[in-house]
Amino acid sequence: MKKSKIYLGLSLIAISGLVLIAADHIDAPAVTGNASDITDFYAFQGQDTNNMVFVVNTQGLLSPSATAAAKFDENVMTEINIDNTGDNVEDLVIQAVKRGNSMYFFGPVAPGTTGKTSTIKTANQIGSVEISQYGQNAIVSSQNGYKFFAGPRDDPFFFDLGQYQAILGGTAPGFNNPGTDTFAGTNVLSIVVEVPKSSLGTAATLNTWVETKRKQ
Amino acid sequence: MKTNKYKIVALVVFASLLSVNCNKDDSNGTPSFEGTYVQQDQMGRPAINTVFVASGAPKDQFNETIPSQMSANFQSSFQTRLLALNAGYTTNALGLDAASFTGVLATDVLNVKTSGTTTFFDGTNVLTGRVPADDVIDVELLLIFGGPDGTSNPALTSDHVDANDKTFLTSFPYLAAAW
Repeated sequence: MKKSKIYLGLSLIAISGLVLIAADHIDAPAVTGNASDITDFYAFQGQDTNNMVFVVNTQGLLSPSATAAAKFDENVMTEINIDNTGDNVEDLVIQAVKRGNSMYFFGPVAPGTTGKTSTIKTANQIGSVEISQYGQNAIVSSQNGYKFFAGPRDDPFFFDLGQYQAILGGTAPGFNNPGTDTFAGTNVLSIVVEVPKSSLGTAATLNTWVETKRKQ
Repeated sequence: MKTNKYKIVALVVFASLLSVNCNKDDSNGTPSFEGTYVQQDQMGRPAINTVFVASGAPKDQFNETIPSQMSANFQSSFQTRLLALNAGYTTNALGLDAASFTGVLATDVLNVKTSGTTTFFDGTNVLTGRVPADDVIDVELLLIFGGPDGTSNPALTSDHVDANDKTFLTSFPYLAAAW
């Protein structure tokens, strides 16, 4: 029942020629359908309240049948940026990049240079984790007070994108109640890292964002 | 005696082979991370680029802009977009007029508090982080369409999808298993 709903929802969107976009899913031509396409970013206090968790999701709207084939790209580095001085310029970065079957993590550390271009802070590796495979239990690694995960997960985002597009297109006056979650039944490739708050400086509020950067 | 010598030599040779193998293993275990990496996509708050930046090249330009330069480059087009979405916009539940609201939004960073509750909005705390269960779309719809007290355009201020299709985990890695 649920599945048919999803397929109906997706096919309706396809038929009407609307572009699937939300949170940050498939938002721009240069990255759409690409390992560097960020779908979502989360930052929150961990189960251990001394820790902060960052979640970066990429490659959205993976159907279950497409998920096993979805891979991280060794040429795409994921960089979580942390500004702890209030100027929206990163003071610290946490970098994640795939090599072989593992995801390697570096930081939190001041970047070599701020801005659009980065090198990997190899002297500041904090750990690695074997990339979890589709259909198998999550492989989690804990090292030096940090925790790491990389692999497929359910897309945590929820939104009646189809109805929103209908509203924008002028064919509907408002949302339905209940709405239909366009992202139900779809997966993403996730990177989850949990770090001690003490590694992020002493500011009461951080400005955070994520970037994907491609090797030149 | 002679046999022992041979054995020792053999052991030494074997050990040196082992150490060569170990080195090889080490170099496999510590791969190269050299090279220069250049920004392709960027995200702070949910759906900002999606909602406020025009399709095509502008979306790529926004993704390739660093946050400290976003407001100067995009605030004005964000304001135009906001007023196209809601021509009757005056202020919102945060008390921000169109210029102020879009000034905040155009700098696409996610604010997160380093102590206490982290949430996009939970009825009490506002923009102190983002947990997976946060209904961020309803928050953004309310701020765009809801007017100063959140009661304007009631058909547009919630999509009535209030939760994810899977339950989140209370412990690491927090996200639910794939479908």
